[in-house]
Amino acid sequence: MAQERKEFNSISGVPIKPLYTPEDVDIDYDRDLGNPGQYPYTRGIHSDMYRGRVWTMRQFSGFGDADDTNQRYKFLLGRGTTGLSVAFDMPTIMGFDSDSPRALGEVGVCGVAIDSLQDMERLFADIPLKDITTSMTINGPASVLLAFYLCVGSEQGANWRELGGTIQNDILKEYIAQNSWIFPPRPSLRIITDIMDFCSREVPLWNTISISGYHIREAGSTAAQELAFTLADGMAYVEAGIAAGLDVDSFAQRLSFFFNAHIDLFEEIAKYRAARRIWARFMKEKAGARDERSWLLRFHTQTAGCSLTAQQPENNIVRTACEALSAVLGGTQSLHTNSMDEVLALPTEKAVEIALRTQQVIAYETGVANTIDPLAGSYFVEALTDEMEAQAEDYFRRIEEFGGVLEAIDAGFFQREIAYAAYRYQKEVERGDRIVVGVNRFQVDGEELAIELLKVDPAVEKRQQERVAELRASRSQAKASCALTALKAGAQGDANLMPLIIDCARAYLTEGEIIQTLKDVFGEYREVPIF
Amino acid sequence: MPRVIRILIAKPGLDGHDRGAKVVARALSEAGFEVIYSGLHQTPEQVAETAVQEDVDAVGLSILSGAHMTLFPEVQRLLVESGAGDVMLFGGGIIPEEDIAALKAQGVAEIFTPGAPLAEIVSFIRKKFA
Repeated sequence: MAQERKEFNSISGVPIKPLYTPEDVDIDYDRDLGNPGQYPYTRGIHSDMYRGRVWTMRQFSGFGDADDTNQRYKFLLGRGTTGLSVAFDMPTIMGFDSDSPRALGEVGVCGVAIDSLQDMERLFADIPLKDITTSMTINGPASVLLAFYLCVGSEQGANWRELGGTIQNDILKEYIAQNSWIFPPRPSLRIITDIMDFCSREVPLWNTISISGYHIREAGSTAAQELAFTLADGMAYVEAGIAAGLDVDSFAQRLSFFFNAHIDLFEEIAKYRAARRIWARFMKEKAGARDERSWLLRFHTQTAGCSLTAQQPENNIVRTACEALSAVLGGTQSLHTNSMDEVLALPTEKAVEIALRTQQVIAYETGVANTIDPLAGSYFVEALTDEMEAQAEDYFRRIEEFGGVLEAIDAGFFQREIAYAAYRYQKEVERGDRIVVGVNRFQVDGEELAIELLKVDPAVEKRQQERVAELRASRSQAKASCALTALKAGAQGDANLMPLIIDCARAYLTEGEIIQTLKDVFGEYREVPIF
Repeated sequence: MPRVIRILIAKPGLDGHDRGAKVVARALSEAGFEVIYSGLHQTPEQVAETAVQEDVDAVGLSILSGAHMTLFPEVQRLLVESGAGDVMLFGGGIIPEEDIAALKAQGVAEIFTPGAPLAEIVSFIRKKFA
């Protein structure tokens, strides 16, 4: 029989056979899989998984100023979202205040503008922080935004010990793929170990790093590269914590992961399963963690923004549903589903509601959450899980040859691997070897956009600039300058920076002022542009 | 032999999404253009300065942060101001239809959005400089 295509590969280029049989798998159940909740956790980290509790439906959201976003959070909570996730605007992500010349045109545009504790207070107005967990996608200035959040918690009367949430705080992947770095790698790692140490004592439920493959994948990597580079980063953080004198079991349980859910269903499921197994083995056998909870790879998943198409955007609902399914079949702890319009703008309420409903349909209608790791034992899925693991191990060896993650970053290794994979994929699409519906097949001539797009009020920038100016004029200058001086001295020495940054937050210093003080001590990172 | 067309690919503003810029830079380079990629987080002033220093024929801006309505006109203004008003300005990113129309009305030569084939970008530039 004639075949439709000459080659059958996964989206990452892994050759896929027509049929998998017992010949393709060599598994010892107890050694390689284990029951859910048992080492090496290939089948899941909990013995009851979604029967005990459905994953957290956590929609990433933020635009305009704190009031706009506070309204959106209340809308999402009203529609059944079970966790919050803050999208900051680019100036906040890069450590600039809204009135910095560098913020021109970007205030509140692709996320919410947060300049000070005052903005954070408005962001969470009427939302009790002790009753919800919040994830904040923030890296270079993560310590500052965490400080703002903790201060809001205190003002609401919550005890820090009961506050749960996540800061992304994964600076290594910024150099590798996402590019919102501020300081050079080594002082960045110092700040991160300060946060790990501080939270292990003061905010024990806080996830101090969300080690992220999402952005690596969005930048164009393959599934195996996402898996390998992310776990290599995770291992580097564990080693940095140990090198800073921390007990591995004191911080390892608060490391979480963040993966992409791309469109190739089985490859993604295999990726999550392999990730749990590799991490458990590393933590137990190499990092010397003794507490079983340190062996668990807990992860958040977001469906792939880069798989969405500007053409026929309604089709993105279907893509997102398939991707979300892979995350659930792969045992995710929380999930963000993209909205169909995110390839064009920030999502409208309508679009984000459909995205959330997609998760609810998967959770409560399809029955896929009734049993744990339903694809275990599939010859194909087990073979693909082994393949993912083998490819990752190969990358670990190559990274080791550079001398470690930091050295491989300095050499441009990750950046080149990803750029090459992105280019290879784009060429496949151009040649028509890779079909993208509505883009290179099944196009509609003269297609007109039939959906409404969100517009961010252009007045936000001016409003936010005025707020910062007012704040600077009205706060106690003595308190502010005292806190800033103490921070500078701490950064020059080896004090834990978190308490000092919290003092700065309480004194209503702005994010930009705090970050600038640290830049004066630590310097700034400069990339070597390669393509 | 005709002079090789020189193109600056730049990412003004703060967003770090450089996948598109890098893929386009590589495709243009493979198509025989001379490509300079200036890297991330460039201010409009830095972009215009590089364009003048490198004596480029075209500047391609990649913007995925939503700041395109500020950054395109600002780069264009600075190019004119520094005597490089004849440099062709084009770009790409997450840019809605109505903004594309507005930018083109202000003199931006073309905007390519997600899904635009590399071949289309190459042939557009070839035609402009034919």
